[in-house]
Amino acid sequence: MRPEMTAASLDTTARSSAERGALARARLLRGLLPALSLALVLLAIAWLNPRAISYFGFSLMLNLAIPIALATIAQMFVIAGNELDLSIGTFVGFVGCVTATWLKDAPLIGVAILLGSIGVYALLGALIHLRNLPSIVVTLGMSFVWQGLAILVLPKPGGKAPDWLLAFMAFKPPFVPFPIIAALLIGLIVHFGLMRTSYGVILRGSGGNPAALGRAGWSLLKTKIVLFALAGLFGVLSGMALIGITTSADANIGNGYTLLAIAGVILGGGEFVGGRVSPIGAVIGALTLALAASPLLTFMHIPPDWQVAANGAILIIVLAARVLISRRER
Amino acid sequence: MAALKPLLAKPWIWSFLGALLVWLATIAFTGGYGAGGMVTAALSLAVFTVIVGVGQMFVITLGPGNVDLSLPANIGLASAVAMKVMDGNDAMIVVGLLAALATGAAIGAANYLLIWALRIPPIIATLSASFIIQSIDISYGRGLQIKPPPGFADFANWQVLGIPVLAILTVLFTVGAAIALQRMIYGRSVLAIGQNIRAAWLAGVNVGLIRFLTYTLSGALGGIDGALLAGYFRGANVDIGNEYLLASIAVVVIGGTSVAGGKANVPGVWGAALFLVLLLTMLNTFGVSAGVRLLLTGLIIVGVITAAGGQKALR
Repeated sequence: MRPEMTAASLDTTARSSAERGALARARLLRGLLPALSLALVLLAIAWLNPRAISYFGFSLMLNLAIPIALATIAQMFVIAGNELDLSIGTFVGFVGCVTATWLKDAPLIGVAILLGSIGVYALLGALIHLRNLPSIVVTLGMSFVWQGLAILVLPKPGGKAPDWLLAFMAFKPPFVPFPIIAALLIGLIVHFGLMRTSYGVILRGSGGNPAALGRAGWSLLKTKIVLFALAGLFGVLSGMALIGITTSADANIGNGYTLLAIAGVILGGGEFVGGRVSPIGAVIGALTLALAASPLLTFMHIPPDWQVAANGAILIIVLAARVLISRRER
Repeated sequence: MAALKPLLAKPWIWSFLGALLVWLATIAFTGGYGAGGMVTAALSLAVFTVIVGVGQMFVITLGPGNVDLSLPANIGLASAVAMKVMDGNDAMIVVGLLAALATGAAIGAANYLLIWALRIPPIIATLSASFIIQSIDISYGRGLQIKPPPGFADFANWQVLGIPVLAILTVLFTVGAAIALQRMIYGRSVLAIGQNIRAAWLAGVNVGLIRFLTYTLSGALGGIDGALLAGYFRGANVDIGNEYLLASIAVVVIGGTSVAGGKANVPGVWGAALFLVLLLTMLNTFGVSAGVRLLLTGLIIVGVITAAGGQKALR
């Protein structure tokens, strides 16, 4: 939401104040679009099944929203640097397998493996920058690596989440369900880090205008490494949160997260190029997908076969709405 | 050596050398046993990767950001459609193939419609489309283990002197694709768009039409591939196309096509497909577990792209 203000402020100075007013309205509408889509899905659920709008209902419906939101944030960091991570899903699965085995049985080794995997992410960022590689192909290859490692760690579905993790994910705060508090915290913390700190601006700038940033003396190698390491960190958190909820793991457990995470970022107002991302929007996008995919369809008596299609349809509808708003922006 | 020089300069030669190397390593391990059978098996399996690989190659050549992520879902749906239309009846084979082709082409056209109407990056358009296609496929092919007609299954597995007939047909098809790419207005337009879309437009290339045709072509090839896969493996299922997302992109890149667009290479697709299939055969022959096989496949793809490196990013 922020970056377009700085980028667009230059060309708006020449326009009349009336035009500027219309432009501001369109931009506001565009910024509110993620929240509007979420509100719409919530309204539909409330209308179909009023009892779902309760402490218990939300805890249940948003059960898997935390890992999805964390994976979406991970993808958002990569997209902020004009890259794309097609391996985040299998990475989440790999982390899940490590969490359900090593992290429980030998916590020190488990922590070392997880830290090492964040290091691998950082190295990938460096490799992609130094060799000028297409991130799509590199991460597509890495998705096989993580999947292979996950199968090696946990050949058969099973394992068990560490007790402290189970206890943490089962936390029941008063009044507001845990998933909502967690989503708010994740969104706000990342928003502060990426949108409000000076290095956050540099990170987004590395996607917005890498050449300018490079000439200004900032290391593009370092920004890419930091962005990928952050993606790895949030991927690890996502995998751990997932296992904290499901209690046991399976090498394929995270496979669907790659596409969900990309969809979440885009739904949340992120753009593919130019470092235009929004952490709060991404979390809202993830919540929308989590709610629309299964609870909404169940209440509408639509068979689960169409869950994936609902994600696709929401994505298309929101993007179509965005196109309509952008036309007014011109 | 001097005669080899121009050959070594070809970008596709490396993928064939890689395939040869992997093949030699495997027969060295087995002591020469099964060397011929391995080539036959590799040719039959490579066919399916080559067909979608060529479609993906044309799409990627359109320039940065162009990629078709809907191929796996497309293959799955088209395989189900083909098997349902054929309904185990030899007389319906051609109709079934046409139905698969039409399904794929419709998916490709829908992809471009999304790209054009919503002005969104092709990655997101083909991604959202694949979500929807996947659901249609699950719902359409639910609980069905549809078998191909015996005549079609035999055709897909037909060999002459150890050479799969499907492979011969696919070679002819790739020769046609190479001619279309290098010698026809369509192919030259694709290359021009990939090199500089604005310049191509100023030079009078109908950019919209060419992109539409390319996405439709990629979709149609995915559809045909789905039907052939269902024939070869004697049955359609939802997951039949899953491995072809990575495979189709990997063969394009390993085969020497530029991910930045504007530079394509048809023979390389064959070399890279053979390389990938033989690589899997080698790892299976060595008796490694599924985990190690996936791990090594991934590492080799990352290794190859790192070695090839130095190109502009796909997006």
